[in-house]
Amino acid sequence: MTYEPVIGLEIHLQVKTKTKMFSRVRADYFNHEPNTFVDPVTLGLPGALPVPNRLAVRKCIRLALTLDCSINMHSKFDRKNYFYPDLPKGYQISQYDLPIGYEGFMEVDVDGDDRRIRIRRIHLEEDTGKSMHDGDLTLLDFNKAGVPLIEVVTEPDFVSVDEVLQFAKRLRQTVRYLDISDADMEKGQMRFELNMSLREAGSDGLPDYKVEVKNIGSISVLEKVIAFETKRQAAILAGGKTPLQETRGLRDMTGETVAQRLKEDADDYRYFPEPDIPPLQFDEHYIEEIRSELTELPQHKKSRYFNDFGIEPDTAEVIIASRKRAEWFEQAVTGVSEKKTAKEIAKWMIGDLFGLMKADRIGLSQVKVAPEQLRSLVVMLQSGRLSGTLAKQVLERMYREGGTAEEIVEREGLEVVSDESALESVVDAVIAANPKVVADAAKNPNAVKFLLGQVMRETKGSADPKSVDRILQKRLS
Amino acid sequence: MTISETAAKIRSGELKAVDLAAEHLKAAHTTGKELNAFITVIDQAIERAKQIDEMVARGEDPGVLAGIPCTVKDVIMTKDIRTTASSRLLENFIAPYSATAVERIEAAGAVIIGKTNSDPFAFGGSGENSGFGPALNPLDRERVPGGSSSGAAAAQAAGIGMFALGTDTGGSVRQPSAFVGVTGFKPTYGRNSRYGLIAMASSFDTVGVLGNSVEDVALVEEVLAGKDSNDATTYDMPVPAYSRDLKESVSGLRIAVPEEYFSEGIEPLVEQRVEEALEKYRKAGATVERVSLPILKYAIAMYYVLVPSEISSNMARYDGVRFGHKDFADYDENLRKTRGAYMEDEVKRRVMIGTYALSAGYADQFYNTALKVRVKLTKEIETVFKSYDLIAGPTAPSVAFKLGELVNNLLQMYLSDIYTVTANLTGCPAISIPCGMGAGDMPVGLQLMAKRFDEQTLFNAAHFYQTSR
Repeated sequence: MTYEPVIGLEIHLQVKTKTKMFSRVRADYFNHEPNTFVDPVTLGLPGALPVPNRLAVRKCIRLALTLDCSINMHSKFDRKNYFYPDLPKGYQISQYDLPIGYEGFMEVDVDGDDRRIRIRRIHLEEDTGKSMHDGDLTLLDFNKAGVPLIEVVTEPDFVSVDEVLQFAKRLRQTVRYLDISDADMEKGQMRFELNMSLREAGSDGLPDYKVEVKNIGSISVLEKVIAFETKRQAAILAGGKTPLQETRGLRDMTGETVAQRLKEDADDYRYFPEPDIPPLQFDEHYIEEIRSELTELPQHKKSRYFNDFGIEPDTAEVIIASRKRAEWFEQAVTGVSEKKTAKEIAKWMIGDLFGLMKADRIGLSQVKVAPEQLRSLVVMLQSGRLSGTLAKQVLERMYREGGTAEEIVEREGLEVVSDESALESVVDAVIAANPKVVADAAKNPNAVKFLLGQVMRETKGSADPKSVDRILQKRLS
Repeated sequence: MTISETAAKIRSGELKAVDLAAEHLKAAHTTGKELNAFITVIDQAIERAKQIDEMVARGEDPGVLAGIPCTVKDVIMTKDIRTTASSRLLENFIAPYSATAVERIEAAGAVIIGKTNSDPFAFGGSGENSGFGPALNPLDRERVPGGSSSGAAAAQAAGIGMFALGTDTGGSVRQPSAFVGVTGFKPTYGRNSRYGLIAMASSFDTVGVLGNSVEDVALVEEVLAGKDSNDATTYDMPVPAYSRDLKESVSGLRIAVPEEYFSEGIEPLVEQRVEEALEKYRKAGATVERVSLPILKYAIAMYYVLVPSEISSNMARYDGVRFGHKDFADYDENLRKTRGAYMEDEVKRRVMIGTYALSAGYADQFYNTALKVRVKLTKEIETVFKSYDLIAGPTAPSVAFKLGELVNNLLQMYLSDIYTVTANLTGCPAISIPCGMGAGDMPVGLQLMAKRFDEQTLFNAAHFYQTSR
C-alpha cells in the first residue's frame, strides 16, 4: 500500500520588537551574556506585573490580516500553567480561546495550481528561558524569557513534504517582507512543531492517530523529520499496527525522532484569563490603519511582474527573494511601459549587477548604482547608443564610482559611433596598415572580420559594428 | 494630631522628623514586639528622617507626608529590605525593587519604620497563619487583630506609625481595622498600583490604608492613587484632592442597606451598633433604605473559588529554583519538597483548592461558573448604585475573636469575610470606620461601599460620622 502524509504545522516566530512582550527590557538577547537582559518582570519576581507591548500586538494583527484571518476584536491573554525550570512564573502568558486572528489561509503551488492551506489561529505569547546542561548542573539563562512570539497554527491540510516546505518558505518570506520577524533560524527566530500521520494515498479523512514532533529549528531539519517519520510510520502501518499517539523529540539534526511522552500524559494547563492584563479591545479604525500599512506580498509581486512586464517566474523569484531587491527593481522599472525594457532591466540587475555584488560580497543597500541609472543604461542600450560591451563598461564604472550613466558615457566617450564619415578615416587607416590582409580579403571571409575587429579596437568598442561593416564592404569591393 | 498637622510642623521645622521616627521606632521595638506586629523593624528609618529634616533646613519641601512615620505590610516590596510575605518560603528574601505604593509615599516624605506581620501571602482573616507567629490585638491580647493585615492593624491601634499600608483582597484591610477600632480603606480596583504587591489574587488585590481617621486615610490615598505604567490594570483618571474636598454634610445622601447583611450569624451587638450608626445618617438628612440582594448569599462561594484559582497560579513561581531553600538537587523533588516544607498550611490549602477548581473537567463547574456569577453580581451592584450613593452594613459579623478560637473552624473563619468580599468581587471602593463597642468591649466596624472611582463620596460619608461625634 502507498501512503500519503497528513500534516499540520505550528510555527513560532520571534516578533521583531525593541523590548520584550511584557516588559521594557531589550528583546535582542541573542549572543549576550546570560541573565543580563532581565528585570523583575522577566524573572517573575514577586510583585512584578506584565504590561503588553503595543508593537507586538500590532505586528501580530498585521500577520493575521496578511494571512486573511478574521480578527477577534475582543481578545485577551490567558495563563498557561505548568512547571518547568526555565519558566520563571510557573505559567506562560499566552492566548487560549480568543486568539488575535483565526480562520485564514495561505496558498502553496501544486503542479501550477494554487492550493489553500488553512490557518486555524494566530496568537501572541511570551518565550521561555533557556536551560543549559553542564555536566550534572542545569544552568538557566532568562535572556530569552519574555521575548514576544507569534504562534501560527495550520489545519492538517498538507499532504506532501513539498507543500510543507513551500509554506514554511513563503511564511518566512512574508514575515520578513512585513517586518514582523527576521525569522532567522540560526537565532531560533522561527521554529516548528509538526503534527503528522499517514493515510492511504488518495483517501480522505484524518487517521485515528497523530504524532507530534516538537522543537524543529529549521526548514531543512523539518524536511528530514517528515522523511524519517514517513518511513517510520509506514513501517508500523505495513505491519498492521497503528503508530502510538505521542510526542516525539529530535535526536539530532538528522531528522531522526525519539519518543518523549504519550498523549495520555499530556499536561492539564489550567488556562484562565490573565488577570494582570485588561482584555484587548480593537476598533475598526485601528484594524483599518494596520491594513493600510500592509505591503504587497512576494507571491503577488511575482504574478504582477509576469503580467505587467513579462518577467519569467524564475527571474522574478530572484528579484522577490527580499523586499529590498523587489523595491530596487520596482524603482528601476518606474515609468517603463515596454515589457522588453523591463525584462532587460531585470536581466541586467540579476545578471551583471548581482555578479559584481557577489564578487564583492555586498548587498543592494551598499551598491552605488541607483535603480534609475540601470534604467537609463538599458534605454541607451536598446536605442543603440551603447553596445552590449559598452553597457557593461558603463555599468562597472557606475558600480565602482557612482554617478549617472549619461555622465559616464559623455566623460569617457563610450558612446557608439555610427557617424560613418567619422568612421571612414579609421577604416582607411586600418586598411592602410594591413595590406596583406586586404589582399587576402577576396578569398578569406575571416579577413573582413579581422579588419572589423581592428576598427573596433581602435575605437575602443565605441564604433557601431554595422556601420563599420558597411564601410569595409564598400572599400574592399 | 492628624497627619496633615504633623507634616505641617515638620515642614515648618517646628517638629523634627528624626525625633518622631525615634519615638515610633522605640515603640516598634517594645510594644510592637510584644504584639508581634513586625517582621522587620527598619532602624535605618532614622537616617531617612534625618534627610527629611535636612531638606527642611535647606528650604526644600519633602512633601505632604513629610516625616510621617508609617508601616508597610510585608507583602509589599521594599528595596534592599527583607520582604517575606510573612511566609517561611521567602524568609530571607531581600526585595531588589520597591513597590510603586512605597515609592509614592516615600516621594511624599513618609518614613517607613517597619514591615508588618500578616497571614502568609495575605491568606487568612486572623493573622494566625503567619509563618512568623500571630500578631496580637492591642485592645485585648488574647484576641486576634483580624487579618490578613494583622500586624498593620495591631501597630496602628497601638499608635506605632501614623498610617499603615495594607492590602485588601477580600477584606484584609477593613476587617482588621474593625477588629482594632481604626479606619481602614480599600480603593477601587485599578485606582492604586499593584506593582510590587506580592500577588495573592490578581483581579482582587488592592493596596489599602489603615489610619486614625478618614481625613488621614484620604490624604494618603491622594498620594497612592493614579496611573502607573508598570500596572496595566491602573486607570488614567485624575486624582481628586480627597482630603481637601471632604464634606461633613450627608443631607440628600442615599444609602442602601442589604437585608442579607443582617441574616443569621451576626452578633446582636454588632447589628445594634450598625443600626445606631445608620440612624445618625438618617437624622442628618440621608435616606437609609433596606434593599434585597439575594445574590450576596453566593459572594463567599464565588470568592473562595476564584481567589484560590488565581492563587494557585500566582504561587507557582515559588518552585524552589530562584526563591527560598534549595535543599534537593533534582528539580521535581526540590519543587515538591520545598513547597511541602516551607509553605504554610493555609497556603497549601488554597493552592490545592485553586488547582482543583481550574483543572480540566472541573473548571466549568467551578472556575467558569464562579466567573459568570461574578459578572452577574457586578451588574446587580451597579444597578443598586443607580438609585443609591452608598451600600452600608457591618464590616464583619463579629468583633475580634479569641486566638485559636476559629483555627479548627475554617468555614466560620472564611465567613468573617462575608460582608467585605463583595467590594473585591466588584472592584468597588469601601471603608470601615469604628462605630462603637460590641461584645467583650471590642470595637465594631461600619462598612460603607461606593461605586467604582467614587472614593470622594465614600470619604465624605465616613468623615461625617467621625466628625459628628
